[in-house]
Amino acid sequence: MQPFERITSHVVALPNDDVDTDQIIPARYLKITDRANLGDALFADWRYDANGAPKPDFVLNRPESQGARVLIAGRNFGCGSSREHAPWALVAWGFRAVISTAFADIFRSNAIGNALLPIVLDPAAHARLLAQVTADPSAQVSIDLAAQSVTFPDGEVQSFPIDPFDRYCLLQGVDRLGFLLDLDADITRFEHIQTQPISA
Amino acid sequence: MSRPRTLFEKLWDAHLVRLETPDTPAVLYIDLHLVHEVTSPQAFAELRARGLRVRRPDRTVATMDHSTPTTPREQVPGGDRRAALPMLDPQGAAQLAQLEANCREYGIELYDLSSERQGIVHVIGPELGLTQPGKTIVCGDSHTSTHGAFGTLAFGIGTSEVAHVLATQCLLQQKPKTMEIRVDGALPRGVTAKDIILAIIAKIGVAGGRGYVLEYTGSTIRSLSMEERMTICNMSIEAGARAGMIAPDDTTFAYLAGRPFAPQGAAWAAAVERWRALATDPGAQYDASISIDATTLAPMVTYGTNPGMGVPIDGRIPTADETAERDALDRALSYMDLQPGAAVQGRTIDVVFIGSCTNSRISDLRAAASVLRGRRIASNVRMLVVPGSSAVKQQAEAEGLHEVFRAAGAEWREAGCSMCLAMNGDSVGPGEYAVSTSNRNFEGRQGQGARTFLASPLTAAASAIAGAIADPRPYLES
Repeated sequence: MQPFERITSHVVALPNDDVDTDQIIPARYLKITDRANLGDALFADWRYDANGAPKPDFVLNRPESQGARVLIAGRNFGCGSSREHAPWALVAWGFRAVISTAFADIFRSNAIGNALLPIVLDPAAHARLLAQVTADPSAQVSIDLAAQSVTFPDGEVQSFPIDPFDRYCLLQGVDRLGFLLDLDADITRFEHIQTQPISA
Repeated sequence: MSRPRTLFEKLWDAHLVRLETPDTPAVLYIDLHLVHEVTSPQAFAELRARGLRVRRPDRTVATMDHSTPTTPREQVPGGDRRAALPMLDPQGAAQLAQLEANCREYGIELYDLSSERQGIVHVIGPELGLTQPGKTIVCGDSHTSTHGAFGTLAFGIGTSEVAHVLATQCLLQQKPKTMEIRVDGALPRGVTAKDIILAIIAKIGVAGGRGYVLEYTGSTIRSLSMEERMTICNMSIEAGARAGMIAPDDTTFAYLAGRPFAPQGAAWAAAVERWRALATDPGAQYDASISIDATTLAPMVTYGTNPGMGVPIDGRIPTADETAERDALDRALSYMDLQPGAAVQGRTIDVVFIGSCTNSRISDLRAAASVLRGRRIASNVRMLVVPGSSAVKQQAEAEGLHEVFRAAGAEWREAGCSMCLAMNGDSVGPGEYAVSTSNRNFEGRQGQGARTFLASPLTAAASAIAGAIADPRPYLES
């Protein structure tokens, strides 16, 4: 995994609460065996009309959204299905961080594993940032994971919480599967002492 | 004497390969890994790219459910169990072929479309006795919470974590908090497990369970069958919870006894003794608790675009003044083309779907059939009945339920996820209204532009007859 580096970017605002993973990527795009072209499927049902043409008023289709690395979303972003295609699609489109007041559990875990940084702000700070980036879609935020801080366009600096291990993995580009594989001796020991018999 | 512990804490403690430290999450051992065609191909590709093996193929079981056709086999030329396959779209067919190849290469048991054990992954796990109290169970599917009905710690994971479990049988996990949801009292007539869980989600919201494992307790829960308990635990994720669970009891043991993978003979007695000790100890503390009075519940139906937007069947859609979430209500009602303050009952519908990992088991089909027997569905309604597994289908046919559904004008299909998420060609048309026994009413979930009302099998069957959202109670046998 690539280490997470400092981001400075303008921000796409999609402030709806409870955006579920079926909206992030509808199920019909899950009939794949690889990860190719998922950026095109991101928010497909909001982004394209019945003929597949981009809807000009949807935020991802606006010229000022292009090249953005940061999404500001509403509360409980990523609820619903466990599909990792959701963070894959967000990353494929170009996002490196999503800012919300809360993330659904499985989405948060899937995002971290794909170096997509979930940033939780308190509702008041979130509202201030949303107002600034809505007023000026070219306004830039800076995200510094090492410092655990977001700098708003007006210069306000907010710190955000992150699990220490998640932070370490993102900053160092640590591969979680590799981390687990290194525990082989512990896992083998556990399997020998586990009292519950295997019946599957 | 040791500190009293909850059911969750006992399972958590028993599966720690490594304890949580200030710098690292816990390493949790997984007893059973269920695999399906949609969320596994990229995980197997990861293993292949790294030259890794599957650590415990003996703890891994695969089936095909999401992309599979449910077209009745007798309508397919040839009529054999494989005959439906060529009807798949090429992408779906490629997924199934990839799963077959992966299971063959890595030595994983696969219940494919030709197997009598095939079905929705959360239906067949319990049915085969793979799901047993005390186990940790994962699957690349959020409705893995279903298995918590047996006193397991069961949760959905992403595809990267599917690879983690395939390669190491372990997951890195932060310890969740616990919430007790206590449901007491006798259920009124016509009120089912589905109505209980829809009422719970309406009460705590779609993020109310975020960060928590829910434990359902109380006299109402104790009185439920295993299939009803599965319906409740299944939708824990719709409240945002990591998992849902119910302590095992005699109902659990009676369900499991004699199932193909359940312990036999002396091992069975030992297992039951071990399982009995899993229940939450008196005096154990939850991080949060809520309680529900079952006697006040009515059949529930959703009106919006998330499972928390539900009301009693004789209720009204809230107005902007009656909700704290005006924007969400506006957006939901705009998508649904419904008016604030309107009654839900009587709203004309186009489709009824009985199926999904929430409500496709034999008791669900019996409930729907009890309403439909001797009646016809409305001429404006298309109704699909999709059994949760090949075994459920066989059982239903042995009981003649398929004849009840067909005589009523419904389609009787092969087992699979089907119209719950519309990946396999079964879908609700743009702008159409469906009453569905599934778990999600998200925008486009049942097809692009589809509008979903979630309800119980009784309510869905009654609505099919009425051609509109209907209260099931007048249709029940006295």
